Amino acid sequence: MKSDLSIPTKASPPSELRAVSSLAWRAFVQAFRTNATAAVGAVLFMIIVVLAVAAPWIAPYDPISQDMIVRMEGPSMAHWLGTDYFGRDTLSRLLYGARYSLVIGLLSIVIAVAVGTVIGLTAGYFGGRLDIVIMQVMDVVLAFPALILGLILVAMLGPTMMNIVFAIAFTAIPPFARIARAPVIALREREFVQAGKALGFSNLRIMFRHLLPNILPDILVMASLWMATAVRTEASLAFIGLGIAPPTPTWGGMVREGFENILDNPSLAIFPSLAVLILVLALNLLGDGLRDAIDPKLRTEP
Amino acid sequence: MTAFIIKRLGFAVVTLFAVLSLVFFIVRILPGDPAMVILGDQASAASIAALRQKLGLDQPLLVQYLNFLVGAIRGDWGVSMVSGRPVIGEVLSVLPSTIELTLVSLFLGVILGVPAGVWAAVNRNRIPDVVTRIVSLLGLSAPAFVSGIVLLLIFAIALQWFPVISSGQDTSFSGRLRDLALPAVNLALIMAAYVTRVTRSAMLEVLGQDYVRTARAKGVPAGVVIWRHAMRNCLIPVITVIGLYLGILIGNSVLTEIVFNRPGLGKLIVGALTQRDYTMLQGMIVIYTLIVVLVNLITDLAYGLVDPRVQYR
Repeated sequence: MKSDLSIPTKASPPSELRAVSSLAWRAFVQAFRTNATAAVGAVLFMIIVVLAVAAPWIAPYDPISQDMIVRMEGPSMAHWLGTDYFGRDTLSRLLYGARYSLVIGLLSIVIAVAVGTVIGLTAGYFGGRLDIVIMQVMDVVLAFPALILGLILVAMLGPTMMNIVFAIAFTAIPPFARIARAPVIALREREFVQAGKALGFSNLRIMFRHLLPNILPDILVMASLWMATAVRTEASLAFIGLGIAPPTPTWGGMVREGFENILDNPSLAIFPSLAVLILVLALNLLGDGLRDAIDPKLRTEP
Repeated sequence: MTAFIIKRLGFAVVTLFAVLSLVFFIVRILPGDPAMVILGDQASAASIAALRQKLGLDQPLLVQYLNFLVGAIRGDWGVSMVSGRPVIGEVLSVLPSTIELTLVSLFLGVILGVPAGVWAAVNRNRIPDVVTRIVSLLGLSAPAFVSGIVLLLIFAIALQWFPVISSGQDTSFSGRLRDLALPAVNLALIMAAYVTRVTRSAMLEVLGQDYVRTARAKGVPAGVVIWRHAMRNCLIPVITVIGLYLGILIGNSVLTEIVFNRPGLGKLIVGALTQRDYTMLQGMIVIYTLIVVLVNLITDLAYGLVDPRVQYR
């Protein structure tokens, strides 16, 4: 604890990565200590991650093996959450489905964060005409609702996993460009940036080593909120019929299949719906709590 | 003001042009001949050539591009590959029901969301605040198809207050209201969740300001302070986000229309997707772009009506 608080000595300046991660880490620790919302969200999220990772060991059945004798059964001891139209075990499919939701959500947001941050940093740091052009393009993309843009892109590119990731990432780039750009415009006039320039640091070094750590907490908050949107968009696309092709178990696809038999067995649509809801809620709780913790103005405790 | 409108109009036109160009070129860059995609692998070379000619795919790319742009502007969006009817006619025939659904839900969402947000802000950190925050977070976490399915199960299947599958033929007022009720409530709840959060934080911000304290110190009744003095300034951010959320509403209307089997743009686009109706899809992209650009334009202009301080640059 004591070492955390000590100011980095001149003898060993913190490495780029350490500086970035320690700042973010402190924000996170502070968030969980002061904010129950963030903690609840984080715990829920971790539970889903653990279940998804452990799916091959804990799933009672193969998620795509069909058993026509036990079609459309309700919950029982053998099948805790029942079976679907093809006699596949709902619980096993949910566990495996979590993997696709998480991987697509995470991957698309990692891409969006990386690309968006670089775009926003560049626009904010250099300013001028470049800034205007970049942000106009971002505004055009931002004008589109994520679901509509994702739907258009996936429809044009074809519903494969990488295309879905790309489409969702594309819809999420502009908000990250914006959130990165705004503080950079103020920061670039500050002494530490001017000093860096005077010392002859390269623009890249100033941008990534000196400016990036300052905007990282904001970006992480946005990342968790936008991952919620990404998961929701992926499930919605799958529900529309633009998900990874069956028999791959995706939550949205399971709701779609369950919805077709909703009059016979509503539970087939309800369980995967709940799964999507819980994951999105967990990410929103996490993001909300982190934002309150990072922005002192919004903190719930006075 | 005029200069501002012209500037926003210019931006809208540029956006439209950019998206149309993007759609055109992405579709052409993609591997696979559209004619082959439409007809499938089994089609004969002759029928593919005939369709290529019909779609104008045998012409130079630049000619195709210009034809596409001119056609899009003149409302000639080609003919549906499935029904054989003009795309624009199909789109215009379902557009009113989507607009009806969106506007009714927008209205309901604001009616629900603004008072809820004010209630939460006034009771900050007390039970009403906590309840509203949890409910609104749930509302904005639930994908529209999840909340739609829940509503369908409760009110159409269990309670049987509304038809599960509406015929859509009942054109009387009460019949249309019955068809509209569940989808509109579904979208309105999502809208209300967003509006509640924004109203709450805007209200908290305004309530902390000097002029509110002055009004209270003067002995102005609490209700008047909140609904007359504070409300006006609180509305600015609310209106800003209503414009933004209209986009979310349009996106969610697709899912809602599927769940409740309601005719509209959403059902049309999904039909076009499953039947690989390539021209229809292109028309749908044009209409969605138009809607999005128009909504943004209206929101921009609406600021000035609410906030006279807005500088039109």
